[in-house]
Amino acid sequence: MSSNAVYRVTTKLLFAPIIVYGLYVQFHGDYGPGGGFQAGVIIAAAFILYGLVFGMDAVKTLAPPKAISALMAVGVLIYSGVGIAAMLKGGNFLDYNFLDLYNPANGQHLGIILVEFGVGVTVTSVMLGLFYAFVSYGRKNGGVK
Amino acid sequence: MTGLVINIYLVTMMVVVAVLVLRSQRLFAAIVLSGAYSLISAAMFVNLDAVDVAFTEAAVGAGVSTVLLLAAMSRLPKVEKPREVGFIAVASPLLVCLVAGGLLMTAVIALPPFGAADAPAHLHVAPRYLEESLAALHIPNAVTTVLASYRGFDTLGEVIVVFAAGLGVLLMLSGKTRSKKIRDENKPRNKNKKGGGE
Repeated sequence: MSSNAVYRVTTKLLFAPIIVYGLYVQFHGDYGPGGGFQAGVIIAAAFILYGLVFGMDAVKTLAPPKAISALMAVGVLIYSGVGIAAMLKGGNFLDYNFLDLYNPANGQHLGIILVEFGVGVTVTSVMLGLFYAFVSYGRKNGGVK
Repeated sequence: MTGLVINIYLVTMMVVVAVLVLRSQRLFAAIVLSGAYSLISAAMFVNLDAVDVAFTEAAVGAGVSTVLLLAAMSRLPKVEKPREVGFIAVASPLLVCLVAGGLLMTAVIALPPFGAADAPAHLHVAPRYLEESLAALHIPNAVTTVLASYRGFDTLGEVIVVFAAGLGVLLMLSGKTRSKKIRDENKPRNKNKKGGGE
């Protein structure tokens, strides 16, 4: 953990707003610039900042490495799950029009939001997983001093 | 005109930073400068109206990859060892760069002007995407509709690539290999006890 009070206070102030901004980029992607890839990296950056300042143990309690490894796959499963849901409703793979049979535009909306969410989950967890792997490589207990 | 001036300024900055990265002997300085390089190129993407790309470049290039490089740096010596470089070691990469750069520059001359509406790239499917996406899908951001809906398969592939890359790095760096288990199995067993927990 960093002994510098400026780092600690700034991180505590910034942590939540960064995540909220990431969620904004994630779910506002239909209307403005952004989407799953960008949001994923922004949210991962919040956790990385937390880890750099408060130490690896703190961030690993917040986001356990096992959960992160699982979420890497969950994002891909959400994405392909949307495709399979469209197939079950009678359309082609990833044909969002079939997600809402009465209003195809709603189906497109729903499909795009879910798919982007899947992208965000995978990107966030891959970035965090890479950070964990890089920092703890070759260290017994792993961690930034 | 203003855009052109800003672009010239940014490209000059990028070249200066790139030269500084090459010249610096200290790894820390090189890594931080390459983060700055990414940030400048993000500013250039904003100037070229590619905000989505700028977003990604700023977050990945300037943010996350700088941290990953710093984490990797902590296992390396801080200062690069000065070494003697021969004439061929300098001349051959320079020759490759000059030839490749020259070919690319001749290709640039043949490109349509920047932002030209009748460029081949803007005549194929792009007009249909732009006209349809708001009317049929009710989503104003055409980038998102192209990325997630029209080209949904491509994006699925990209996500799988990200997943596979993350998995590969985790497997390489986690240090967990089967070799120890295989070695233990092949070793003649001295003890009868097994599975007592190490």
